[in-house]
Amino acid sequence: MTRQPKAAALISGGLDSLLAAKVVQEQGVHVEGLNFYTGFCVEGHTHAIRKKDRKKEKRNNALWVAEQLGIKLHIIDIVEEYKDVVLNPKHGYGANLNPCLDCKIFMVGKALEWIKAKEFDFIITGEVMGQRPMSQRKETLPVVAGESGAEDLLLRPLCAKNLPETRAEREGWVEREALYDFSGRSRKPQMALAAKFGFEDYAQPAGGCCFLTDAQYSVKLADLWRARGSRQYEMDDIMLLKVGRHLRPADHFKLIISREEGEGNFLRGYRSRFPHLTTVSHPGPLALIDGEPTASDIELAARLVARYSQGRNADQVVLEFTDREGHQRELKVNPLQPHEIPREWVI
Amino acid sequence: MPVIRVQTAVESLSDGTRVEALCTDPGVLNDIPAWCRVNGHKLIETRSEAGEYIVVVEVDHGSSNEPAG
Repeated sequence: MTRQPKAAALISGGLDSLLAAKVVQEQGVHVEGLNFYTGFCVEGHTHAIRKKDRKKEKRNNALWVAEQLGIKLHIIDIVEEYKDVVLNPKHGYGANLNPCLDCKIFMVGKALEWIKAKEFDFIITGEVMGQRPMSQRKETLPVVAGESGAEDLLLRPLCAKNLPETRAEREGWVEREALYDFSGRSRKPQMALAAKFGFEDYAQPAGGCCFLTDAQYSVKLADLWRARGSRQYEMDDIMLLKVGRHLRPADHFKLIISREEGEGNFLRGYRSRFPHLTTVSHPGPLALIDGEPTASDIELAARLVARYSQGRNADQVVLEFTDREGHQRELKVNPLQPHEIPREWVI
Repeated sequence: MPVIRVQTAVESLSDGTRVEALCTDPGVLNDIPAWCRVNGHKLIETRSEAGEYIVVVEVDHGSSNEPAG
């Protein structure tokens, strides 16, 4: 091959994908990044919602990685297609509702489509044998390559020496000897390689970059499916699961109550789509009602919201209820006391 | 996700065209400038007004003329 070989690197924003892309880039390969947006991604914009987190540095780690590497990053929206991965994972879920193996197969398959369309030569991932209990085991790495259709077009630079040669090595696009043989859960080899390349400020996500690996998030998603009697979701559903305090007093409705000003601002954007409550007599949260509440449910919801307002100890709190059509009415309620809120309401 | 919507809009536009994104997500003040730096487009302005975040980007596909998407 006389032209410069070209590779697409799956960039999650974590250290492994950063290093994998860098290792191949160092061998003279033209690398561009692919970042798949599933809707469940743990991203800087989500953290930016909460006012209390505003002082912390916000960044989209995938974009940050691309910037460090000096490569283009193509962010690809797979929200709709990804539903089938979440709802019907052939290889099942991990500890929570994380379909990690099916997810990796799906993403490598999408990368394969991309490199064919763009005439790139191979795919890079930051996978390390033994690093993760579901998708990165000795037994499952070949499953990812096989079921995605990528086969030997998939190069894992960080553990390539533990695996059979891929086409990139056979064709001489990369030198096998300059690849690595990392394995196991230790992060020390990656940290040493990061130091060698001069990377210091990389992301260290606990539990990965996906909300589906989060136990509490998975509980909320499972609750949503159970209450609706259907394992379906829309983009708004999964965004709202990331925000606020969720309480379900009954199967047919739940409350999403902002915990602070930033969340209140975010939930305000959803007011036209949900019946909602705001406090009038005292400072308090905004609460969306998801479901079909009856008049007595609305009364109960108002008492709950009053509980989370600054009028929690008052005899009476005045709230404004707005229905889906925008009709408003005032409610005067006695705030619920803590012992009146069953633990099982809190999702 | 706002940065994807900007990316999609920019894909089919020629160099020099300006795109104004009106967003409710404060994360765009970080994400879209980073996306511009990575993909070579020009960030013209970021500002916030009445709870909305406005980012203006000028399309520049660069000498390769490869769109971002």
